[in-house]
Amino acid sequence: MREKINITAPFEQHQIESLKAGDMVYISGTVYTARDAAHKRLCELIEKGEEMPFQFNGAAVYYAGPCPAKPGKPIGSVGPTTSGRMDLYSPSLIEKGLKIMIGKGLRSKGVIESIVRHKGVYFAAIGGAAALMAKCVESAEVIAFEELGTEAIRKLEVKDLPVIVAIDSRGNNMYEMALEKYKTEYPAI
Amino acid sequence: MKIIDCSQITSLTERLCIEANCIIGSDILESFSKCAGCEKSPLGKEILNTLTENAIIAKEEMNPICQDTGMTVVFITLGQEVRIEGGFLEDAINEGVRRGYEKGYLRKSVVKDPLDRVNTKDNTPAVIHCQIVPGDEFHIIVAPKGFGSENMSRLKMLKPSQGVEGVKDFVVETVSEAGANPCPPIIVGVGIGGTMEKSALLSKQALLRAVGTVNDNPALADLERELLERINSLGIGPAGFGGTTTALAVNILTYPTHIAGLPVSVNIGCHATRHAEGSL
Repeated sequence: MREKINITAPFEQHQIESLKAGDMVYISGTVYTARDAAHKRLCELIEKGEEMPFQFNGAAVYYAGPCPAKPGKPIGSVGPTTSGRMDLYSPSLIEKGLKIMIGKGLRSKGVIESIVRHKGVYFAAIGGAAALMAKCVESAEVIAFEELGTEAIRKLEVKDLPVIVAIDSRGNNMYEMALEKYKTEYPAI
Repeated sequence: MKIIDCSQITSLTERLCIEANCIIGSDILESFSKCAGCEKSPLGKEILNTLTENAIIAKEEMNPICQDTGMTVVFITLGQEVRIEGGFLEDAINEGVRRGYEKGYLRKSVVKDPLDRVNTKDNTPAVIHCQIVPGDEFHIIVAPKGFGSENMSRLKMLKPSQGVEGVKDFVVETVSEAGANPCPPIIVGVGIGGTMEKSALLSKQALLRAVGTVNDNPALADLERELLERINSLGIGPAGFGGTTTALAVNILTYPTHIAGLPVSVNIGCHATRHAEGSL
């Protein structure tokens, strides 16, 4: 059984490179939420040569759009959204230094190549366990694109956010490894 | 003649929006336990147990199971003896959605124009399907649909010569291509026949049937069993991390169709496929 690893963001490069596909990791510290609309805006800023709303080096981006927070709570339910919709934007952001990603589901060949080239990592959180994920968030603050509502960039302080290494810095892909291990022939012989 | 006031429809819709998003069906919870017992992957078992834990927390705290509280799909069964007063039915439903999504702290995930993409900020409009029946029934099902799974759904106009083998291949291919994206274990709604849009509607209605129930039609029941086995042999598993529980159920609905056609729709529902219902 793979060991559970604790990492506090921002990440150091040696920590990223030590991770292997399938490792279970608990992330604490600062993560930034951004999904479809915010990714488009970030890439537009890169094209214009403008400053990013947060420091990319060592930062983790969580593809998530939360529910509104109830009074007294930092955030509403906040599970991951499908990463594939960010595939168009991720290579530019990875090149700029935002190379630790948390989402769920498959990534494109282009994204995987960028992860390997720049030695990044892609984590998957469990989709639909959103009430549980909210309990890992200690504070949340909108830091950019407030007008996007749930799609704004939020700075979250998290404790023990449970994730699995889906694609490591060498390009090993948990989703592919899973199919190799569990796919069987039908009809069963 | 039964008279129903719009205010009753709004109140009921409001309550059902919140319930549907926070309380998973007991059929799905039971399925998680049953599948955790048979799941071959240790990680897969752990994930199924995590989903159960999440559902318990969501219900206790009345917080959404998933942050994607969906586009609100509403099915109305309206008896032709019913008279609706105090406004327009669609407005009453949308006002219920507006209130439910606000009071329930649910996410507002609807854009007014699919190309312009400005958020409507109140999760309206709902997508409303209304069926008129004899008598004075008024029944409403609120079935919020998240788009992680919706985006993996497909429709194909098969040739009649492709037959049931063509249908099976298309269903399995759709699930295989979706992989981890729709948050397995999934529920697969299949609509066969009708016209293009009728097959799509059938596939969504098929998702309303409780997991673990058997199709009334024995031939379709066999087809559902075979498809479930084939899908679970793909190895995608819970959250796509591998395993023997890729789908909890395959539900099929059919309708008469044209001599030249065999439309098939596959509407994928995630493990949080959910709805709440009530009558007036």
